[in-house]
Amino acid sequence: MPSDRRSLWEAITAFAPPGGRLHGARGLVALADLAQGSSLSGRLEELRGRSVLLLVKDQLAAALAMLELDGVARRLVLCPPDIAPQHLPLVNERADIEAIVLETGEPLPVDSAAGGAGRLCLMLGRTLTPLDRPRRSTCATEWILLTSGTAGSPKLVLHTLASLTSALAISAQQTESVAWSTFYDIRRYGGLQIFLRAVHAGSLVLSEESEGVTDFLARVAALHVTHISGTPSHWRRALMSGAAGSIAPRYVRLSGEIADQAVLDALRARYPEAIVAHAFASTEGGVAFEVRDGHSGFPVALLGGGGPVELRIADETLRIRSAGTARCYLGADAEPLRDQDGFVDTGDRVEERAGRCYFMGRRGGVINVGGLKVHPEEVEAVLNAHPSVRMSLVRARSSPITGAIVAADVVLAEHAAGDAGHSLPGDLTRELTECCRRRLAAHKVPAVIRFVPSLELSASGKLVRPIA
Amino acid sequence: MATEPRKMSVRATIASQFERVAREQQRTLSPLSDDMRLVHSGLDSLSFAIIVARLEDSLGVDPFNAAEAVEFPVTFGDFVSLYEHFAK
Repeated sequence: MPSDRRSLWEAITAFAPPGGRLHGARGLVALADLAQGSSLSGRLEELRGRSVLLLVKDQLAAALAMLELDGVARRLVLCPPDIAPQHLPLVNERADIEAIVLETGEPLPVDSAAGGAGRLCLMLGRTLTPLDRPRRSTCATEWILLTSGTAGSPKLVLHTLASLTSALAISAQQTESVAWSTFYDIRRYGGLQIFLRAVHAGSLVLSEESEGVTDFLARVAALHVTHISGTPSHWRRALMSGAAGSIAPRYVRLSGEIADQAVLDALRARYPEAIVAHAFASTEGGVAFEVRDGHSGFPVALLGGGGPVELRIADETLRIRSAGTARCYLGADAEPLRDQDGFVDTGDRVEERAGRCYFMGRRGGVINVGGLKVHPEEVEAVLNAHPSVRMSLVRARSSPITGAIVAADVVLAEHAAGDAGHSLPGDLTRELTECCRRRLAAHKVPAVIRFVPSLELSASGKLVRPIA
Repeated sequence: MATEPRKMSVRATIASQFERVAREQQRTLSPLSDDMRLVHSGLDSLSFAIIVARLEDSLGVDPFNAAEAVEFPVTFGDFVSLYEHFAK
């Protein structure tokens, strides 16, 4: 527990080995330079005690602001770079935002949406400017992460530095410097975990949204990264890029999606000297465990063990309780984040077979396409609006490339079924795909459409959704 | 020699699926030569996921989920060989 009472900056000063650096795609910052320099253009003190929205695109800029604002801001809200502008008013209201940190040259994202009257707006500098007084910590900052809710609008999850760093086992000065990298954005839970590990242990090579996988891996190779993390989809893309062999990590981590045996085997073959570990964590539940035995799933012994992270299965889904679980969702009408016993329901279905637990997909049918969530009902609504469709069922189909893809079973209306006869209505497949394409994001468009004579309904008249 | 026509048809099926998905995803597909690297094909991960699902439906195999460990394909030629190996 490195940061129980210390701010992030104080913890780094106490524990991190010298020489730590943050590498962005277009520049780098030595952590030591933050002792005297600030990216906040001499206005750090104006943010003390405030609720601050961090709304920047660049990961390096975001990293510096996080390092500077922990222990200073009352609340720090981390916006992922792809946040939809229409969600900003909700974030604003629920988090009681008082100040917004933007990149220089970046326009304010519409008046009332984020930068409403009376709010302080502050541009991050392109270079560090001298700090006029030594850094000091005056509060335990609330860290707010955004996660997608059922209706598509974000949920605001409240963590503290203590909960975010509970899985880090750093209690003394680190002597060996480690070079980390991650395919993730550090404003999402998986990436933030790597950011926090990296700044306590050495350096971090940040990815860049517009950068191709080959270029990113070339930077990772050039900077001699030893530890690297990503989702199984990130790793499959890397393996298929032909550039995976250019890096030589000692530790390869997968998280954020189900790690299947094929991707684990492929990484083991590609990096025979490395530890290949798959971890399970969720924004709300925190880090649950890491598995290093090279097999998918996790040992059943992890359930009910007496360790710092308690796991159990209830109603088929995995529940977590630990010092790493988030405190609550922000917002007056927010649902409870934990149950009465303090456990967080991850919504991930787990099945036990022969002493091992395997992840079987999400409860509620949410489909995870390469880390992006799809709610089946949203896709069904588009399909059902087509005059030839009587009803449809959208479900996950497992994919070795993106974990899952969207598949649709469609029952045709009588007139359309009559026209099509018994042959596969290929034109209609194309037409329905086109319809979905016009109204949905690419990952939500069914990759495969199957025409079926009927769909099963429950006694209450609802579609029977497949469990897997 | 007897297996040649079948191999052609696996290749043709794959090529037509690459072209179709590129069209659907509005991506510019590079010419499908054996040494074309998949990373330079113009297709993204989602496109490959769609191709693999549809090939499973049309060829009846998903080599990525096969019991034996597979090397992830890097070039279009690797990709075709992988399917030719499994689509027996």
